[in-house]
Amino acid sequence: MNRTWSPYNKISVTLGLAFLYLPIILLIVYSFNASKLVTVWGGFSTKWYAAAFANQALMDAAWVTVRVALISATIATVFGTLAAIALVRYTKFRGRLLFSGMIYAPLVMPEVITGLSLLLLFVAAGIDRGFWTIVIAHITFTMCFVAVVVQSRLITFDTSLEEAAQDLGCTPLNTFFTITLPIIAPSIFAGWVLAFTLSLDDLVIAQFNSGPGATTLPMKIFSQVRLGVTPEINAICSVLVALVTVGLIISSLSLKRNEIKRAREAEAMRA
Amino acid sequence: MTKPTAAEREKFEPWNDPTARPLVEFRNVTKNFGSFTAVDDLSLSIYEREFFALLGPSGCGKTTLMRMVAGFCEPSEGEVWLAGENITHMPPYQRPVNMMFQSYALFPHMNIEQNIAFGLKQEKMAKSEIADRVGEMLTLTKMQDFAKRKPDQLSGGQKQRAALARSLAKQPKVLLLDEPLGALDRKLREETQFELMDLQERLGITFMIVTHDQEEAMTVADRIAVMEQGKLIQIASPRDIYEHPGNRYVADFVGDINFIEGIAQSTNDELIKIETADGLIVECNSAASIDKNQQVWFAARPEKLTVSRENPVVTGSNAVEGEVWDIAYLGDMSCYNIRTDAGKILKVTQLNHSRTSDAPITWEERVWVSWTNDAGMVLTS
Ligand SMILES: Nc1ncnc2c1ncn2[C@@H]1O[C@H](COP(=O)(O)OP(=O)(O)OP(=O)(O)O)[C@@H](O)[C@H]1O
Ligand SMILES: [Mg+2]
Repeated sequence: MNRTWSPYNKISVTLGLAFLYLPIILLIVYSFNASKLVTVWGGFSTKWYAAAFANQALMDAAWVTVRVALISATIATVFGTLAAIALVRYTKFRGRLLFSGMIYAPLVMPEVITGLSLLLLFVAAGIDRGFWTIVIAHITFTMCFVAVVVQSRLITFDTSLEEAAQDLGCTPLNTFFTITLPIIAPSIFAGWVLAFTLSLDDLVIAQFNSGPGATTLPMKIFSQVRLGVTPEINAICSVLVALVTVGLIISSLSLKRNEIKRAREAEAMRA
Repeated sequence: MTKPTAAEREKFEPWNDPTARPLVEFRNVTKNFGSFTAVDDLSLSIYEREFFALLGPSGCGKTTLMRMVAGFCEPSEGEVWLAGENITHMPPYQRPVNMMFQSYALFPHMNIEQNIAFGLKQEKMAKSEIADRVGEMLTLTKMQDFAKRKPDQLSGGQKQRAALARSLAKQPKVLLLDEPLGALDRKLREETQFELMDLQERLGITFMIVTHDQEEAMTVADRIAVMEQGKLIQIASPRDIYEHPGNRYVADFVGDINFIEGIAQSTNDELIKIETADGLIVECNSAASIDKNQQVWFAARPEKLTVSRENPVVTGSNAVEGEVWDIAYLGDMSCYNIRTDAGKILKVTQLNHSRTSDAPITWEERVWVSWTNDAGMVLTS
């Protein structure tokens, strides 16, 4: 691999990153703006953070969002893990290809379509929209991300470990809980964090499937922005950015650490 | 737990004792994977305290056979018996056999102590008893200093010992070893082979080992089974496999060998006279009943042939002239490839008894290859 970067590479990477992150950086910078005018710098201040945290409506929305994210991420992790196991381990059942395609479709499906179709489902089933419909909708669309993360770990899982456990007198069910689960736990955790952050910042799907009394933070922010951007919104958005960033870093670190460990093991095997 | 005496060792041949009951028994076992037959109508008995080796080329079904004892693979037809019980359909976690995996399969999230204790915990053994047994196993495999280490903090050889300790902890009726020493370097492998034999003798457990390495099989095993494409070709002691192979396949698979094809001329008094197409006469002691004019192969191991500058034989048989085609110096011995005048390559090895030789045989020299009447054997298939 070429380790030195040509000027061309440097420029393109800088431009690309700037394109992606400049708006976010601006947002964070202006959240510390003392002036009430969003686009005029009036000195450094953290007062908008205080104001945002004192805003009851915003905080209510934030609480709804966190609850939705916790519940949906947890359930999505269970389902996603089960789906990943089915896909990796039971390679011979009929319709496996269809099943895997169906699991991964939401990954590339436009959110509008996912949101709308779920809405239609809830309407058709006569379910009142509110907190739980958002939870269900989020489970549906985050589950496939968990499945992808866990599946990629399971593919490299050495099945002779499970055979060894059974050989030593452990039943298949116990083997799953004492051997398989602890070993793939980091990837399940990474999947959970990913699902959590995805749920945290989803607007479109929540918008379609929410009802009265269930407003998530992204929805609240979006509706306020239509009345004009306030520095308060900048502040709460910066908090959201920070949360999502931390989540993604944790997720990728726990995967990375595991990967490095496995690479070391593989190296040791060869040596 | 004592070493058997020389007399006992000589006597240990339960397979020749009609009253002995086999410990592991394959009864007409066939295993199909789809349309492919990995094990083909195979019957085999393994006896208590035996060290049994499965030998054969890659893909001949050795692992499949072993996995049927462990319970990871069900026969398509036939039965597997263990200690008088039909275990064909018994799940692996109920079988009193343990396996040492080729990849060792140590649980990465447990330290060595916990790895060894894992099987004992499944038995709901008392805590103090588990601790005792783990300690015993650690001592047995000289792993005391590594009890608290995780598998990824061990060298290949240490992992191998840890895996061995784990598979012995439950005191199985049979220990299955699938290429246990494959990942070790040659020196460590040889050391470990002797340790395995020692362990097996002390514990009195039946060992069933799969190996690619015929030398390894010869070193450790009481009996060797040579397999080919899911079938057993021959089961015999290492010496018999080497000195009395049943056919050319076994002879060729175990060790090096030279074949000389010919027609049996006279077969009186246990001495068979063979004449080859180019007029070479071979005389060979053999008890086999062979018809006159039957096509046979004279087979002789390289170390049983002699290479010399003069023709040492007076009778006109068992000697052939040729040219030194290739020499490989291996330190302890030298290996010569001699091209006979008929164009056949014969392989001859000779021990290097002295460190210096005034006039060693060298490339392109004219030499004689000769042998005695009992140097080789006559094979008919
Ligand atoms: N689960 C399976 N599905 C299909 N074919 C299989 C399966 N397991 C083994 N085989 C086939 O059965 C044959 C015997 O395999 P086996 O693993 O027993 O060989 P082996 O003698 O142990 O070889 P090696 O020395 O390479 O380990 C091989 O041709 C293999 O491809
Ligand atoms: Mg094998």
